[in-house]
Amino acid sequence: MLRNILIAIVLAVFAYMFYNVYSAYEARTELTGIAQHFAQNGATEVGAPNLVTAIVVTYRGFDTLGEVTILFLTASIIAFFLKLKDEEKETKILHRDTSELLVTASQVLIPIMFMFGIYVFINGHLTPGGGFQGGAIIATGVALMIMANPNIQINQTVIHWVESISGVSFVLIGILGIVLAGGFLDNKIFGENSLGEFGTLFSAGAIPIIYSLVGLKVGAEISNILNKYQKSQKEL
Amino acid sequence: MEYFELGHISLAIGFILIIVGFWGLLTQKNIIKIIIAFSILDTGINISIVSLGYVVGKTAPIIDNSVAQLENHNVVNSIVDPVPQALVLTAIVIGFGVTALMLAYAMKLFTAKKTLEINKFNDLKW
Repeated sequence: MLRNILIAIVLAVFAYMFYNVYSAYEARTELTGIAQHFAQNGATEVGAPNLVTAIVVTYRGFDTLGEVTILFLTASIIAFFLKLKDEEKETKILHRDTSELLVTASQVLIPIMFMFGIYVFINGHLTPGGGFQGGAIIATGVALMIMANPNIQINQTVIHWVESISGVSFVLIGILGIVLAGGFLDNKIFGENSLGEFGTLFSAGAIPIIYSLVGLKVGAEISNILNKYQKSQKEL
Repeated sequence: MEYFELGHISLAIGFILIIVGFWGLLTQKNIIKIIIAFSILDTGINISIVSLGYVVGKTAPIIDNSVAQLENHNVVNSIVDPVPQALVLTAIVIGFGVTALMLAYAMKLFTAKKTLEINKFNDLKW
């Protein structure tokens, strides 16, 4: 009883705080500060129509590198945490039979999902989307694959190689930015005035390359996490 | 009337989701339900941050034909704030990592005691 009252008090305090913020909130009518700079100069400085991508990959590129590192760290901790006692043990995971609908739908949908994921991260600088979203879509395909066939063997070697190569290439392109352009992760690695035609696929310097690498890395990492979850079911 | 405008609606939804998330965190006994409550809290915070970047009547921060066709062809006068959206992209990824870790812990806890009731895990209680 006391517990319920305390919970109610905590929630009421939060609600009061949020109500004050809400009643004082007025939607803005114009851009201010750094956003104004990004809106005015983003197109000429970075050359990417999608300003969110311009901020994530170039203006705040170092932050994105840290973000990818956090994902890698999560995958490593989960791999360490859900380590099986003997990895090669051939136990079947007990499940009820997967439904016909799921199996057939997965065969039709998985190639399309992979293709859509790749489309989303290649066009990250033109349309809404990007590396993280595309990678998540690819990993959703992998999740569907695991659900349709719980005993499927996902090739770990491929996942690890894709993950390592794309991660290293991301950093290498960042270092190329120091050598050829203004600084770490600068996108003008092909020259100051060769950003390409604004709004086309091959434009915005290194952004499509970096975002594709991020997409591959995120897709591989989430697939790796899913694979670990799938395998650890053997011990339940 | 101004309360039915997009910024206010999304801010209110974000705050409601945050409170629902806190309620779930504080009252639920099942670990999976606590993780779901955490996800709701996360989503509420993200929606609130995005709605703070809203500018009345402006479109998404992507410079394409729809922005070029707007009056006086000025990007500054036609898009919402892209910075909170970029920040939320980061926050979503971090939230994903935290949720994945929590699920792994939940799995380990289940293998240890064959239950997900949080009250059963009282080894450190005296």
